[in-house]
Amino acid sequence: MTTTTDHHHPITTSEVGGIGHSIKRHEDDRLIQGAGNFVDDIVLPGMLHMTLVRSPWAHATINGIDSSAAEAIDGVVAVVTGELLAEYNLAWMPTLSGDTQAVLATDKVRYQGQEVAGVIATDPYVARDGADAVVVDYDPLPVITNPMQGLESDAPIIRTDLEDKEDNVVYEWEAGDAAATEEAFAKADRVVRVETHYPRSHPAPLETCGIVADVNPGTGETTLYMTSQAPHAHRTIFALVAGLPEQKIRIVSPDLGGGFGNKVPVYPGYVVATAASLVIGKPVKWIETRYENLISTGFARDYYMKGELAVTNEGKILGLKVDMLSDQGAFFADAQPSKLRAGLFEIVTGSYDLQAAHVTTKGVYTNKAPGGVAYRCSFRVTEASYLIERLVQNAAYELEMDPAEFRSMNFIQPDQFPYESATGLVYDSGDYETAMRKAMEMIGYDELRVEQAKAREEGRLVGIGIASFTDIVGAGPSKDYDIIGLKMFDSAELRVHPTGKAILKLGVKTQGQGHETTFAQIVAEELGIPATDIKVVHGDTDNTPYGLGTYGSRSTPVAGAATAIVARNLRDKARDIAAHMLEASADDLEWENGKFSVKGSPDSSVSIQDIAFAAYTNLPEGMEAGLEGVHYYDPPNLTFPFGTYIVAVEIDAGTGQWKVDRMVAVDDCGVRINPMIVEGQIHGGLTEGFAMSNMQSMSFDDDGNCLTAHFDNYMIPTAWETPRFELGETITLSPHHPIGAKGVGESATVGSPAAYVNAIIDALRHMGVTNIDMPVLPDRIWQAIQENAG
Amino acid sequence: MQITVTVNGAEHSADVEPRTLLVDFIRNDLRLTGTHIGCDTTACGVCTVLLDGTPVKSCTVFAVQANGRSITTVEGLKQNGDLHPIQVAFKEEHGLQCGFCTPAMMLVGAKLIEDNPNPTEDEVRWAISGNLCRCTGYVNIVKSIQLAGKMATAGSDS
Repeated sequence: MTTTTDHHHPITTSEVGGIGHSIKRHEDDRLIQGAGNFVDDIVLPGMLHMTLVRSPWAHATINGIDSSAAEAIDGVVAVVTGELLAEYNLAWMPTLSGDTQAVLATDKVRYQGQEVAGVIATDPYVARDGADAVVVDYDPLPVITNPMQGLESDAPIIRTDLEDKEDNVVYEWEAGDAAATEEAFAKADRVVRVETHYPRSHPAPLETCGIVADVNPGTGETTLYMTSQAPHAHRTIFALVAGLPEQKIRIVSPDLGGGFGNKVPVYPGYVVATAASLVIGKPVKWIETRYENLISTGFARDYYMKGELAVTNEGKILGLKVDMLSDQGAFFADAQPSKLRAGLFEIVTGSYDLQAAHVTTKGVYTNKAPGGVAYRCSFRVTEASYLIERLVQNAAYELEMDPAEFRSMNFIQPDQFPYESATGLVYDSGDYETAMRKAMEMIGYDELRVEQAKAREEGRLVGIGIASFTDIVGAGPSKDYDIIGLKMFDSAELRVHPTGKAILKLGVKTQGQGHETTFAQIVAEELGIPATDIKVVHGDTDNTPYGLGTYGSRSTPVAGAATAIVARNLRDKARDIAAHMLEASADDLEWENGKFSVKGSPDSSVSIQDIAFAAYTNLPEGMEAGLEGVHYYDPPNLTFPFGTYIVAVEIDAGTGQWKVDRMVAVDDCGVRINPMIVEGQIHGGLTEGFAMSNMQSMSFDDDGNCLTAHFDNYMIPTAWETPRFELGETITLSPHHPIGAKGVGESATVGSPAAYVNAIIDALRHMGVTNIDMPVLPDRIWQAIQENAG
Repeated sequence: MQITVTVNGAEHSADVEPRTLLVDFIRNDLRLTGTHIGCDTTACGVCTVLLDGTPVKSCTVFAVQANGRSITTVEGLKQNGDLHPIQVAFKEEHGLQCGFCTPAMMLVGAKLIEDNPNPTEDEVRWAISGNLCRCTGYVNIVKSIQLAGKMATAGSDS
């Protein structure tokens, strides 16, 4: 059983700054002075610049590429085509999902914006001139712009490169128990349905993707400065793709201007720049424009979902059926564990105790960019969470129950953990009722319902939406989780220097989450060394232990655990050194406040700093020198953060405009290492959830032209539109994590879209409106009002 | 074309192509890389600098348009070895995460508190509405700018 615990952080003093202290961030000093080091800031001697030529067509055969006019431009050094890459066996590359993807198209283009050629020049402006001068002869082909079209019997086949491929199906997958679910539905009094499209979105970090590729012409040693959330995995992929010896590849992922999943895949531009550097013998820089970033790199979502919830008249959920179609784009490049064709969508049973569930999904190739990434979520969890929370809200209406009370009747109870879900996941811990009650209290739920009734009498449209989500993060246990075969453990290497200062090296990589601070705090907690005395190194494959990188909120659950354990291992050695220094038995020592002292004589003590010095100067006979170690952590399970978000909105019936009046977010992510940073993560996630529900989607016309390839039409909320947030917390420890933490980076993006949309539906339900697809733009609301008014 | 621009108090003369964008002149010619590029279309604002004291998006200003004028970038905020209050406040209030929009946000904030040292939340939100942030939800950016206003006022009173 797990309960909301009497956790007692901070334990350390504010000088040490261990877990629970909101210490200021170590990374800030450089970033506030313009002294960060982003990929585009890197300049190497003799460096050349690359611009990619991209397809204007969504589907077309390539008859030929004429690069003579480009090559004639003063300053253009080379034009790289797929034909050239094919000579090096680099025209195609593996995706993170085990499919293949064209690096530069040779046979045909399969989406608008696909990479066709690379122009290398001495100056970035000249490289663009060169790209404009490359002439490609295309024959347009019929286009598929959604998965329903892709499944039609006469649909053109997109993947003609795959032998014997006679349809556009990428995969079919199912989870749960079909027979048991039918049985549950047979017992139901009612079945509630929601059919909705979770639109295609894009993570759109403010820094686009890029690389400076530097292949040494003498030695072949290859240094790639690139926007990578997973530098070690990328090094291995480069070794496999290019056949380069892995020890000669060094990937440096410097400061990253956001990632949100967008910087997990390997993109063709990285490979082309590297090949160009190899062939020309000079460093080559490639930095995407925003247009290129939006049109060609890892999109997210794009699930057409049908959900059915079987319920009794008394308000008990019996079963869940889900069927989905997934728009995968032209290559299956989802960044997710290889065994999970639909990611962690199994979390679709959410926070609810139900007997049976059955989920089917089909992925389909379309003429859109590949790279389904988990945009600030752990592999399809956002879609799953959205569907169950929309279903539950609508089921409450169907039964004429309050949505909060209906949830309450169906929550998994605290004494049911560890809880095995109907789809086979084992939830580690949770206390959903407490989190929901706290959110209700903060927002004044009962009073809001009274105000809502009054508003409705006045003809105003006011709605209250709830989402009581369960997230699933921290991939993952090696028996089930791997990326193209690489097991999803992570690592930490810790070295304490003679003066008691330390360096911690990680396999994960921050993109703004504050690893340089929070991971130092974990070491401070375990060893009593002040966090400010600990340097955190990450993002450089030559100087850090192997790890799978940062995405899916996995840094704290996996690398955070590795850090705590390596520090504990060092503390064990420190105990033996202390025993030698104090001439006592190790068993007679106590550890407190960064010191070992002899039990019963607290004056006889040595600090961790004294011990560190002794580790290099005064060792017991026979002990290996130094105070350092490395630990690879293989998590026994995933972690399951949760929370309740409640949103109050008012809609202008005349225009369909909606405005958030209140937004309360209660999150439970277990132990909060740095509460200030945790809250910052939640603010960001709530804003991205607001963007998806309110304004954002990647849209295409019938010819496959992307209509949202700029920030003028792919909307990002400004400070003006963004709602004000009120945050709360409960703390339920993860029972299997060394410090009880669960991870938080993505909870708010996972949980909040349903809360916003549920609030809108709540405002309109008395008119008979049961669903509006995201993004809930004013015209969609206006349309729904018109359709239901008459 | 020959231009002379004063950047962070120092005069720079250079021969630039007429099409050179101010942001590229700042980043590539002067190697001041605290000014970033995020969208190329004046939408995101991470390239914001102060041109004669007024925030402009330097991706849509030609370098030649800055001829004879004065520019402040993030590298020019620190004076006589002391951080500007806006820099101190962004660290204090956790006003940055990835740090990519931060230089621009700080310059806009610095200009705002110069004109209005005690802005309301709405005034701050309106002032920074030309600058996007993907990490913070703006919550702590607003707090940072308000704190900087208070710090600057306290500093000038003492």
